[in-house]
Amino acid sequence: MKTMTEIVMPQLAESLVSATIDRWLKQPGDRIDMYEPICELLTDKVNAELPSTVAGTLVKILVGNGENVPVGTPVCIIETEESAANTQELHSSPSVAVETAGQRADDDDSAPMRNRYSPAVQQLASEHGVRLSDLTGTGLGGRVTRKDVLSYVASGKPGASAAAASASGVDPKAQVRSSGIHLSETPRIPKIEVEGTTLPGRGETFIDVTPIRNTIARNMRQSVSEIPHAWTMIEVDVTNLVMLRNKLKNEFMKREGINLTYLAFLLKAVVNAIKDYPIMNSTWAVDKIIVKRDINISLAVGTEDSVLTPVIKNADHKNVAGLAKEIDELARKTREGKLNLSDMQGGTFTVNNTGSFGSILSYPIINYPQAAILTFESIVKRPVVINDMIAVRSMANLCLSLDHRILDGVICGRFLQRVKDNLESFNMESTLY
Amino acid sequence: MPVMDYIDAIRLAMKEEMERDEDVFVLGEDVGVKGGVFTTTKGLHEQFGELRAMDTPLAESAIAGVAIGAAMVGMKPIAEMQYSDFMFPATNQIISEAAKIRYRSNNDWSCPIVIRAPIGGGIFGGLYHSQCPESVFFGTPGLKIVAPYRPYDAKGLLKAAVRDADPVLFFENKKGYKLLSGEVPEDDYIVPIGKANVLREGDDITVIGYSMPLRFVEQAAEELAQEGISTHILDLRTIQPLDKEAILESVRKTGKVMIVHEDNKTGGVGAEVAAIIVEELLYELDAPIMRLCGPDVPAMPINPPAEKFFLLNKDKVKDAMKKLAMY
Repeated sequence: MKTMTEIVMPQLAESLVSATIDRWLKQPGDRIDMYEPICELLTDKVNAELPSTVAGTLVKILVGNGENVPVGTPVCIIETEESAANTQELHSSPSVAVETAGQRADDDDSAPMRNRYSPAVQQLASEHGVRLSDLTGTGLGGRVTRKDVLSYVASGKPGASAAAASASGVDPKAQVRSSGIHLSETPRIPKIEVEGTTLPGRGETFIDVTPIRNTIARNMRQSVSEIPHAWTMIEVDVTNLVMLRNKLKNEFMKREGINLTYLAFLLKAVVNAIKDYPIMNSTWAVDKIIVKRDINISLAVGTEDSVLTPVIKNADHKNVAGLAKEIDELARKTREGKLNLSDMQGGTFTVNNTGSFGSILSYPIINYPQAAILTFESIVKRPVVINDMIAVRSMANLCLSLDHRILDGVICGRFLQRVKDNLESFNMESTLY
Repeated sequence: MPVMDYIDAIRLAMKEEMERDEDVFVLGEDVGVKGGVFTTTKGLHEQFGELRAMDTPLAESAIAGVAIGAAMVGMKPIAEMQYSDFMFPATNQIISEAAKIRYRSNNDWSCPIVIRAPIGGGIFGGLYHSQCPESVFFGTPGLKIVAPYRPYDAKGLLKAAVRDADPVLFFENKKGYKLLSGEVPEDDYIVPIGKANVLREGDDITVIGYSMPLRFVEQAAEELAQEGISTHILDLRTIQPLDKEAILESVRKTGKVMIVHEDNKTGGVGAEVAAIIVEELLYELDAPIMRLCGPDVPAMPINPPAEKFFLLNKDKVKDAMKKLAMY
């Protein structure tokens, strides 16, 4: 059902009573999203964009460019397609109030309250089927009290006893659900086309191993059987990062046309930490350890039926914006199957954004022959104790698998701590470029 | 179980909490060396030193402000307002800062302070030493307000207030300091904030109140029992948030309710309690809701006849209860 909704001039500051429309950003017929700016406003105090309070199609502009109108004046009409059920007023006719007064005619001077019944008395009388005129009132002015009815009922004179008092009308508290940023999104359900031969009469299907699956299997097997894996994890408070990203992401989208992902910030933090601990960027060569000077980050990108690790070369030469662009490009090329060999070569350290599919903890296998792999898990809001107070913070886990021939706990602990410090030191002043 | 005065129960609660948690400290005018004008904080300075029983200048706004700041960085201050009458300079700090910090910061900050303030008259204190300021703070979301009557509750609620993560105003009745006594366990216990307590079971009338006037209600109920009138008494203990379930349950017992407090009638706690009852239980009422409160005059008079007129006492309460029972 389509509804017409008026957008009114908002109160932009306490003392403002009117505002001028500087110029319309949308024209009749334009499609408008929720909170999308529809026009620019000028006032004595602030200049601002007016966001739409509904999603729909702009139908009519009521106040033209340059016109000054009081707060509360409708400025345009937007047609929305929501159900109008909520906006319809309910015209329920209230039931006629029960007369409590009874008949005045029966009043006499000795019992002026004889026929004035309280709500409790009337309720009890109807519950127990008591005819109130049968009772003798002991209250003020001969009033029949609640207790009079109760004792009359207890004496067993009336007929059927009705149900007891209804239960209290207290609603059970709604369940509070706290979910992470990633977890709040509905995960995509992979659609895997099973191509294989079904043998009649056997509850099994044979799938041919594709070349890429074969490669993955070989690499995984080689890594696990050759590298003595060890694993560690650290917890990072990314509340400030979340706020920073929220502040910048729209602007970034407008300017660059791509998403500003958390992963870009993480890569920056990881690359800077690798610079401080270059041993993380190395390879085991039996009688020596080869430390690579270039920091080339392999990025694990999952598709529906495989995982690839395209490489961001010289990641240490890029800022957050540059990393975001690289990530976007590599992810796109991976999904479109357009990666070429050079995109896949030369990686020195791998990062896997496991949080993107909702994981909060994972045990990654090292991308052979590198020395370590780090995963970035879901950002989840959790209660955290800070200075003996409980605060709700956005937290994320980082997991690291390491080649224990090259690396030990202490160095990896320091490395992770540095990544954590780098991530936590992003704040509202941090810049992307 | 030892019997102790209301004031001793309050002092014991502070002492135990300061021993339990070194972040707990008291601050206020003369709370240190002197031990408080009522001796509420006596001995804390000797036991815990001047940094944990801290004398402050005569500036309630600063007492509240310092306490709020300390609380925001993890301390658990108990700020004393010498008389609740002096609390008004700190009102802005309490209402606009303490009550709103958690909300304003989207849960990033909190303000676990306790502000103790003696309320009530009857001590020949006149205008500036007798007020009941509950209604000033009562309608402020973000504040919890407790006003205990029994010494047992005074200790348990103060300990709960200290451990609460949000600001709690603790209104103690100054006339009750030495007048009210009762059994108080010497061990560690708390009385949960937000829970009322039935002081007496009955089925003719229900009286709901808090703090000192409940003493008169209990005495009157005792006498009325001789006359065959059975009184159900509910001690609210916490006035923000109100224990709605307990209020409604106690009203259902009798259908006749009276609400009693020393704070004046208009806009007082009783008005809110009455509104809750009518909203939920109109059809179970057997009589108009009564309120017995301080009169709507600007302040407690200093001359004794007028002070007597102003204050509730056992006879006034008993008359009103009897009237309700007879209705």
